[in-house]
Amino acid sequence: MATEASSKKRKRKAKRLDRAVIRFAGDSGDGMQLTGMQFTAATAAAGNDLATLPDFPAEIRAPAGTLAGVSGFQIQFASDAVFTPGDRPDVLVAMNPAALRANIPELNPSGIVIVNADAFKDGDLRKAGYKASPLDDGSLDGYQLFKVELTRLTRAALKDLDLPTQAIDRCKNFFALGMMYHLYQRPIDVTLVWIDRKFAGKEQLIQANRLALKAGYAYCEATEQFASFYEVPAARLEPGTYRNVSGHQALALGFVAAADRSNLKLFQGSYPITPASDLLHELSVFKNFGVVTFQAEDEIAAIGAAVGASFSGALAITSTSGPGMSLKSEFISLAIMVELPLVIVDVQRAGPSTGMPTKTEQADLLQAMYGRFAEAPCIVISASTPADSFDAAYEACRLTLKHMTPVILLSDGFIANGAEPWKLPEVDNLPDISVPYHRETESFLPYSRDPQTLARPWAIPGTPGLEHRVGGLEKSEGSGDVSYDPINHERMVHLRAEKVARVADDIPLAEPIGDRSGDLLVIGWGSTYGAITSAVRRARADGKNVSQLHLRHLNPLPRNLGEVMERFKQILVPEINLGQLSLMLKARFVRPLIAYNKVQGSPFASEEILNKIDEILEAR
Amino acid sequence: MDSPLKLTKKDFASDQEVRWCPGCGDYAILSAAQQVFPELGVPREKFVIVSGIGCSSRFPYYMKTFGFHTIHGRAPSVATGIKLGNPELSVWIVTGDGDSLSIGGNHIIHLLRRNVDVNVMLFDNRIYGLTKGQYSPTSEVGKRTKSTPFGSIDRPFNPAALALGANATFVARSVDVYSTHLRQVMKEAYGHRGTSFMQIFQNCNIFNDGAFESIRDKGLREDNLLLLRHGDPLVFGKNQDRGIRLSGCNQPEIVELGGGVTEKDLLRHDETGPIGYAAMLAEMQPPHWPMPIGVIRRIQAPSFDDAMTQQIAEVTTSRGKGNLRDALYSRNTWKVE
Repeated sequence: MATEASSKKRKRKAKRLDRAVIRFAGDSGDGMQLTGMQFTAATAAAGNDLATLPDFPAEIRAPAGTLAGVSGFQIQFASDAVFTPGDRPDVLVAMNPAALRANIPELNPSGIVIVNADAFKDGDLRKAGYKASPLDDGSLDGYQLFKVELTRLTRAALKDLDLPTQAIDRCKNFFALGMMYHLYQRPIDVTLVWIDRKFAGKEQLIQANRLALKAGYAYCEATEQFASFYEVPAARLEPGTYRNVSGHQALALGFVAAADRSNLKLFQGSYPITPASDLLHELSVFKNFGVVTFQAEDEIAAIGAAVGASFSGALAITSTSGPGMSLKSEFISLAIMVELPLVIVDVQRAGPSTGMPTKTEQADLLQAMYGRFAEAPCIVISASTPADSFDAAYEACRLTLKHMTPVILLSDGFIANGAEPWKLPEVDNLPDISVPYHRETESFLPYSRDPQTLARPWAIPGTPGLEHRVGGLEKSEGSGDVSYDPINHERMVHLRAEKVARVADDIPLAEPIGDRSGDLLVIGWGSTYGAITSAVRRARADGKNVSQLHLRHLNPLPRNLGEVMERFKQILVPEINLGQLSLMLKARFVRPLIAYNKVQGSPFASEEILNKIDEILEAR
Repeated sequence: MDSPLKLTKKDFASDQEVRWCPGCGDYAILSAAQQVFPELGVPREKFVIVSGIGCSSRFPYYMKTFGFHTIHGRAPSVATGIKLGNPELSVWIVTGDGDSLSIGGNHIIHLLRRNVDVNVMLFDNRIYGLTKGQYSPTSEVGKRTKSTPFGSIDRPFNPAALALGANATFVARSVDVYSTHLRQVMKEAYGHRGTSFMQIFQNCNIFNDGAFESIRDKGLREDNLLLLRHGDPLVFGKNQDRGIRLSGCNQPEIVELGGGVTEKDLLRHDETGPIGYAAMLAEMQPPHWPMPIGVIRRIQAPSFDDAMTQQIAEVTTSRGKGNLRDALYSRNTWKVE
């Protein structure tokens, strides 16, 4: 389609780019997330590497046309590796004045602005707080401004359809999408197929959306407004089969895979909470895998049901965000006490309290580590990117089943909602993580232990001769009977700690990317991976002596971490919090390091980290 | 399951020393359970007893079945997970008035609403025992306790009425020491598919002794208990000479039998009757009314676990059994050579 179209009509120049960053912005009701996701799917199909950043308000429909209601979606795509959604957009598509006003400060100088010119009437301008139209007052000089009458053009394209104007106007986002497809030479068939499936049985809506998309494409092709269009050739990715995946989808597939490979029933207890609800939505589809998803009456019941399901022999998970983590903490303690497998997914968001529910943050690390009363150690791991969430979920299941103690898996709003291409794993290569239930009745002791891992046997109800009781009261070592013996308590506290500590024998050693030793090591965890990787690559390309270490396992930490840190003169730890990993590392290894922190509800720009690296190395 | 299980009460007694106060009503309920369980035809390993926190919640430790002593108020959620994890199990919740109606109030109503196939034994002693004597959500207004030295100003819940309000499909009552009745109620509860809610009046002889004197004392209880039997008229009293009928305005009233009033004039108990009828029974209590015990309500409705199993089966039939590779590779993939 794209090549055919570009060969027609006047020959405009195709500019070849290595990478591009595009941001769609509009009202919450303008369908910007959908538009962005479609552009992402088409870009994935075009073979580019990519990363996305959806950014939307907590209000479902804030007053139309206001700054509070602006919803945005940013994508970076390239013909080489992409690690972040991009620092500054090259193109801003603004559906109204509020979207323009909220996003223009971040646009690249000399970037392209495409606005819906029909949405800049006096009332619209007032709602966005503009005194005069920015389209006419010269304030956009320096940008390449394209005023497109999206509303009028969409109405004209759909005039033969028997649809109310309101329904026709809702298609203008696809007109804009069609324009961008031409401008960046994306294949439109992915979206055409999506439209047919989405509106199956509603012929008028299928026609409307198809027409709007194609009209936008044709408009961009025919108009003389745009001097050139762009080609971003496919990326040279590792050979394999790829799909585009969001962090939530990858998590869901990771859990389904883990249940499949361990021959266990997957049970999810959850309560709707932003930004974790999508994991419940994703998993609720897998009924034909025997997956049980239970939407509980509250956060506490959600984890309670998961603990019960685990007792009965299921691979149990519960998923939530910060406020829910607080509510679940007593049950996490119970799971630690009864030593049952359980994965708790925390999709972090900005807090405290309700905070900024749709905005990202990494500030639950210390809660995951220490946020329970008494001595209640827990395995903690994190996911680094949308696709990496698959491996993180699989690893969480492996650890909890093998070590019979709960695992907290930290994701966040940025990676959970973001998307990227994912090289699909071969199912047969996924490690066997099955753990047999205990069946032997001879001298069965519910709190006996595996000599290596200290895991206790998983003896499930329904097994004759293994009837036993578990509970929150302190257990006598071996028998599991209730015990108030002081020496036994101390021994059990140590055993539970040792059990988690020994997980360090079961995880890979820390391996810096870059050099074995050097001037500066950047240590990160979670969703800062992309920004750090991109910054470190650029710094190294500039000849800087800087390396990178990204931690999957946060408790316990890799055995050799202290030794690795010793090999570098300085350590930089960037985090979207006030220095939580920094605090852990300082306390554990008693050495100075540089914490670099940001808490603005948004990820680091790689440039910010690059500047910090430069600053540190120049100061030496 | 073909050969009859030869289980006895002894098979259900664990080796743990029972540590309730001497004279506690809990002993009688434990004994009743140990007598009833062997008679249900369920292999011992398929029983799971789940409790929260409180005196009653020590119950699982004393039963030689699978057991889970969870955290305060949350037994319904853990029991739900166990039943959904393995619907073959016979799951019993043991809880108290503080555990399930105060801190766990949200869970109990949602358990009842969903109709998960588990049995709830709520030991109602109208006091917090384990924390040494504070008033509970079923304590009467004016009760003087450690936390209410001038009398409680807190209006109580009526557990059976609350259960009905949550649209429970099985609501029954019994009394700790009325063991033949209690055992029968437990069997009826077991036989019901869906959540079976049992309010069991239980005496705390340390902190609330005598709270149920009129329905526990052998000399008094026959005059004060109204034994509900499906289809039978509402008759009570030592000589079975008093009954309940509806007055002109659908108000219940107590009447003496004889002198022109016969059983035909009385209400007949219908376990499937309208919720208003069940609520009327639940609200009655001494001294003005007799205390209705037995099965107040029993209706058929799909249980949550059955519905879940069925939905999984239906989707599996329509979509085919899930295949992991297909799930990973199904959506818009592309190949890089």
